[in-house]
Amino acid sequence: MSGLTRAEVEELAVLARLELTEDELARMQVDLAAILVHMEALAEVDTSAVAPMTHAVPMDLRLRKDEPQPSLPVEVALRAAPDARDGHFRVPNIIKTQEGA
Amino acid sequence: MIWSSVADQAHAVRTKAISAVELTRAYLERIAAKDGELGAYLAVDEAGAIAAATRVDECVARGEDPGPLAGVPVGLKDVFVTEGLATTAGSRILEGWIPPYDGTAVAQLRAAGAVVLGKLNCDEFAMGSSNENSAYKLCRNPWDLTRTPGGSSGGSAAAVAAGLCSFSLGTDTGGSIRQPAAMCGVVGIKPTYGRVSRWGVVAYASSLDQVGPLTRSVADAALVLEAICGHDPRDATSVVEPAPLLASAPTAGVDGLTIGIPVEYGGDIDPEIAAAVQRAAAILREAGANVVEISLPHTRYALPAYYVIAPAEASSNLARYDGIRYGIRRGEGGLAEVYRATRGAGFGAEVKRRIMLGTYALRAGYYDAYYKKAQQVRALIKRDFEQAYATCDAILSPTTPTPAFALGANATPYEMYLADVFTLACNLAGLPGASVPAARASSGLPIGVQILGRPLDEATVLRVAGAIERAAGVMDLHPPFAS
Repeated sequence: MSGLTRAEVEELAVLARLELTEDELARMQVDLAAILVHMEALAEVDTSAVAPMTHAVPMDLRLRKDEPQPSLPVEVALRAAPDARDGHFRVPNIIKTQEGA
Repeated sequence: MIWSSVADQAHAVRTKAISAVELTRAYLERIAAKDGELGAYLAVDEAGAIAAATRVDECVARGEDPGPLAGVPVGLKDVFVTEGLATTAGSRILEGWIPPYDGTAVAQLRAAGAVVLGKLNCDEFAMGSSNENSAYKLCRNPWDLTRTPGGSSGGSAAAVAAGLCSFSLGTDTGGSIRQPAAMCGVVGIKPTYGRVSRWGVVAYASSLDQVGPLTRSVADAALVLEAICGHDPRDATSVVEPAPLLASAPTAGVDGLTIGIPVEYGGDIDPEIAAAVQRAAAILREAGANVVEISLPHTRYALPAYYVIAPAEASSNLARYDGIRYGIRRGEGGLAEVYRATRGAGFGAEVKRRIMLGTYALRAGYYDAYYKKAQQVRALIKRDFEQAYATCDAILSPTTPTPAFALGANATPYEMYLADVFTLACNLAGLPGASVPAARASSGLPIGVQILGRPLDEATVLRVAGAIERAAGVMDLHPPFAS
């Protein structure tokens, strides 16, 4: 399972929303395979009777009271945006994009 | 006063023996003189620090108490979100971002009177063990400038060791406080998962990340930890237990405690590190502790489990960096093109690798074999610790397999991952853990040992660390670079 094809690496990069250069793709194929081979040790462990652990410290899902709290003013929230206009984040046209969003 | 303890500095400021502004200026002058060579700081906020120190002095002048950290200058790993002060997480993707708010831990430090000097170098998004993944600059080890300070909180450890801040904050997902602390000869503690709020801390792997101090003494660590622990309604994983009282723990002694040494933590380690652990064990025995062998049978699976779980969580957490709301934006065309171009240009090699690894582990068809399997193994690792703590109160081990290694020494990603082999299990199980300086290698480099405790039992970790610190006699040594 640790032999990754070039096509699989390219597909992963699409899923991960990462534009990678030719060199990066070639390097990634080698590096991921070299790391994943060490993950195979996990298969040695008998976990048939073990529930997956989701929290390090036992805790119930706590809900806080639904009380209004002050939030960042719109102009402050937009201050760091690469492109903002009229109180909004400006994004590329989504509707016409082939892949949607 | 540069090398004085946190308590002594705060006392001096409160009693007007020194002003907070004088103390702050002393550190700022050292940073200006020395950090060009060291590379510990990514940003120095001279004006903000002087303004904060002035407020502390005004508070003292009015006869009010500025808090337990009155005027004490602190450096923050650059993953702590700071209002009005650039926060990059060591990444180009956040270049130029000025956050509009302070995270909880930073707000707590300010409320306790601490003065923020600036932001410290780190591996990009806290992913790394040598600080070499910083997108901005190298950070060097003050004990040997050709070596790494460790990582990912490398700047946090180097700055404390070199006297460029009184103490610092770091974060620890798999060893990122304890490993650099060991390599730079300072104290580092990762509290129990959930002890310190993660609100306003740039996330790496949310089920593992925890905030903690790097300090020049165990007493300093206790004092800082008291100031930043406690429940925060804005972090759903923050524990509800009240903040612990820790000030007396470092000097409480270890008489009657049982210390376990895991038989599995031997193997491929530097002989001088093994000797340091033996010496620490002898110190504890001498001080009245009972030292026993324990077994943590799933130890060898901690590293593979970690490198499935942490990248999986990272691939999800880092989806937010998309070039829309903050940070850089690249690319033309549709939304997906902008996402891909921004992230391709903004992330460095190791971050891309972990995002890809995590995406792989979470894919339909692979989820059971990787992520679910790793979470099951994680449960077994936690069970190992629960069984061990039935027979001991704390666990002693090496912090790192070797002292600080040379910059550029680890050629492959996996070789670098091995630097955290002794520290990862603590995060997987959510335990408190510390590294305390215990010896010097023949090369002069510092060696730390690791102490792990039961969940929420930071006090016992500090008791054991304090006992080792008192007898090891290496805490008063400073790197020649710092003189």
